[in-house]
Amino acid sequence: MSYFIDRRLNGKNKSLVNRQRFMQRYKKHIKQAVSEAINKRSITDMERGESISIPSQDTHEPIISHGQGGQQHRIYPGNKQFAAGDKIDRPKGGGGGSGSGKAGNSGEGEDEFSFYISKEEFLNYIFEDLALPNMVKKTLSTQDEFETKHAGFVTAGTANNLSIIRSMRNAHARRIALSAGKKRKLKALLLEQQELEANPDGFKHHARLLAISEEISVLKSRIKKVPYLDTFDLRYRSQVKYPVPTSKAVMFCLMDVSGSMTQDIKEIAKRFYILLYLFLQKNYDKIELVFIRHHTSAKEVSEEEFFYSRETGGTIVSSALKLMHEIVQDRYSASEWNIYAAQASDGDNWDDDSPQCASLLSQYILPEVQYFSYIEITPQDHQALWHAYQALGKAWPKEFAMAQIKEPGDIYTVFRELFAKQPQGSRQGESA
Amino acid sequence: MSYISTDSEWTFELLEAYDSEIKRIAKRYKLDTYPNQIEVISAEQMMDAYASVGMPLGYHHWSYGKHFLATQKNYQRGAMGLAYEIVINSSPCIAYLMEENTLPMQALVIAHACYGHNSFFKGNYLFKTWTDASAIVDYLVFSRGYIKKCEERYGIEEVEKILDSCHSLMNYGVDRYKRPKPISAEEEVHRQEEREEILQQQVNDLWRTIPKGHEEEVEKKQRNFPSEPQENLLYFIEKNAPLLKPWQREIIRIVRKMAQYFYPQRQTQVMNEGWATFWHYTLLHTLYDEGLVDEGFMLEFLTSHTNVVAQPAFDSPNYNGINPYALGFNMFQDIKRICQHPSEEDKEWFPEIAGSDWLETLHFAMKNFKDESFIQQYLSPKLIRDFKLFSLYDDERAAKYLVDAIHNEKGYRTIRDNLSQQYDLSYREPNIQAWSVDLRGDRSLTLRHTMQSNIPLSEDSSEVIKHLHSLWGFDIHLETYSDGKKVKDQSCPDTHE
Repeated sequence: MSYFIDRRLNGKNKSLVNRQRFMQRYKKHIKQAVSEAINKRSITDMERGESISIPSQDTHEPIISHGQGGQQHRIYPGNKQFAAGDKIDRPKGGGGGSGSGKAGNSGEGEDEFSFYISKEEFLNYIFEDLALPNMVKKTLSTQDEFETKHAGFVTAGTANNLSIIRSMRNAHARRIALSAGKKRKLKALLLEQQELEANPDGFKHHARLLAISEEISVLKSRIKKVPYLDTFDLRYRSQVKYPVPTSKAVMFCLMDVSGSMTQDIKEIAKRFYILLYLFLQKNYDKIELVFIRHHTSAKEVSEEEFFYSRETGGTIVSSALKLMHEIVQDRYSASEWNIYAAQASDGDNWDDDSPQCASLLSQYILPEVQYFSYIEITPQDHQALWHAYQALGKAWPKEFAMAQIKEPGDIYTVFRELFAKQPQGSRQGESA
Repeated sequence: MSYISTDSEWTFELLEAYDSEIKRIAKRYKLDTYPNQIEVISAEQMMDAYASVGMPLGYHHWSYGKHFLATQKNYQRGAMGLAYEIVINSSPCIAYLMEENTLPMQALVIAHACYGHNSFFKGNYLFKTWTDASAIVDYLVFSRGYIKKCEERYGIEEVEKILDSCHSLMNYGVDRYKRPKPISAEEEVHRQEEREEILQQQVNDLWRTIPKGHEEEVEKKQRNFPSEPQENLLYFIEKNAPLLKPWQREIIRIVRKMAQYFYPQRQTQVMNEGWATFWHYTLLHTLYDEGLVDEGFMLEFLTSHTNVVAQPAFDSPNYNGINPYALGFNMFQDIKRICQHPSEEDKEWFPEIAGSDWLETLHFAMKNFKDESFIQQYLSPKLIRDFKLFSLYDDERAAKYLVDAIHNEKGYRTIRDNLSQQYDLSYREPNIQAWSVDLRGDRSLTLRHTMQSNIPLSEDSSEVIKHLHSLWGFDIHLETYSDGKKVKDQSCPDTHE
């Protein structure tokens, strides 16, 4: 007896747990591969997953088996020219292996065990356990970006919203309403006047005629007094503001490119910016990037120029902050854009400039931004800028964060620290 | 009679129609089968089934995830079509049909799996002796539940550690000669609880450290433990490893049971696939002869059949060992030929079957052999010629390989012997036994590897010893003997460096 069972509707993810176990076990490898991939990719090229390769030695499950050597017989099919007693050179590279008929051995022998993780998984490996700081602030409950929509016509408004057609139509109607009765009366009086004047014995009615002409002139002046256009007639197009969820973010990358910044330091900084960009990309529909580099003066540049051109000279950090503030004023209103900024530096600064930086930040920049992070990439002790910034961290605990990166290996941990999930409670209430 | 179908789209009605026709014909050929449970699944589900070695349910382990990822990648790259059949040795016999397949393919799978493999599972002596088709699904349920419970109680990592170790020794977890008695899942749970208590007592007794009387000590010194070398390493560890917790012993037992369940399959690959392929070929041809299927059906069937039984030559880029489907199918076809139309040569080589009833002979061959003995018994000179088999002798001391036999009069027997040996598990796998335990000293376990033809162990062995060490809890020594002389010594922890 045979039974047919349709199992297609059963879950197809029977292997899900096992797959997760595997990913868990090789997390280190996968993360390694992910971070290598980040290094190679450009900032905006994150729309794909990644092929992960793990040395098969590491995923290999050892079993006891025969190795090469000793004396072995092997049977092969498809003899073409061999005769018994022939000697054949050993193949280079020690191919063959024992027991070619072995089922258990087939499929092995690649150097790498590779598989594919999806874009989502790729990003998740980077952003594990992270949440955007102050994200609640910009979520649906407290939007502060608006979109204006037409909502009919209203009686008050600014001249640029005046609807001429509507206003004229109203005026017309009002004029009709206010003068129609009078005009009708006037018409009747005029008719009567004509008749009386045409009458041969009209003089008998002289008094009446006088009264009529009196009345006519009153009516005429009254009709004349009805204004052609009254303020009462004016109609304005109504523009109502609807809140829309904010989905735009701008990311400012600030970097010191003075002589003291080596290419290595810039590479580390680049990694940091990439991570920040990726992170924003996950949370916003649209992200714009602004690259500001500075030595003694600041300049807005392209991504290429930002990372790969060299400059020499001293360092005045405040120049970059000033420029950033100007650009924000110009192009990115804080009500419309979520502003993020990441500043990377080796910590060098003109001595007198550091306090100025701190005050620039606290006065102009921090009130506007979602998040400002400062990373100091130096193996040495903290420098002036660090000390000047330290106070800011306390005053703006949610908006400002800083950390020191000593070597490339630190970057990921630092990134995590900077964006570490804030406890749920601390986000509440501040949104007002 | 009219065709069962002329379209390649399948429906459940058509599947049933094919099944009942194939069943009718199978009966005529005396194929004795378990009831069939045929499950239609999607490609993704097939990958799942693939990754879990075809088991309908198994415990969770990362290695299955690894198989799944590999399968998925190959499938997505199009490097590999999915096997169109997976069949499970259970009663009822579970076979999977992939939804994407066309009707002729489904019919082929039904014939191949549900009547070919199924009758092999039921008829072959190894399966009859070693596995219990009616209990396996129950046991899988039990083991999955037990391991899950352990994971909850002791943590996934702990359980994974012990499973990793067990998997590395899986091939050394089978009884080759003793036959286990099948029991039901409920009984299994009950016994497991009993075992836990008793076992722990026994083990403790073995390792008692409280001093005893003087005479006893002398006696103990001379006692060799184990009294005979043990080939079932997992069993030996399960029963004797001093430090294992009861649940760890139970997990070893579960892996051991799975190994035992798969043991017959590992020994009958050629026969099993050959038998199933022979029958799908024969059954579907009979359908055609009876006018139940049309030429289109046959063409599609033959295309995939031909792919299945293709045997690339050794120097072909597609060569991946001897194809068990090809060898097995052709051997069964050849036996049929020898029975029906024996040549002079056949009469000389196979006097007992030449001209006999082919169906009887085939059933006899299926029931009473495993790959090794099947080849030794039935590989004919004609087939050796057809496959152009040759034997290569690889002696590491020589600079070159030696062709020591080809498909000619002088070479037939050598080739047959060597090919048979190639399928002999006891030759294919290194011979390693638990040799002795230093009861009085450091409690180290010594294993003995007896070399065959001076073939060394692969490099993996040092890794496997580490796993052994983690199971046993004390030092492991692996000694390699060749011709009664010790030639190599490995230890964990490594004392040589």
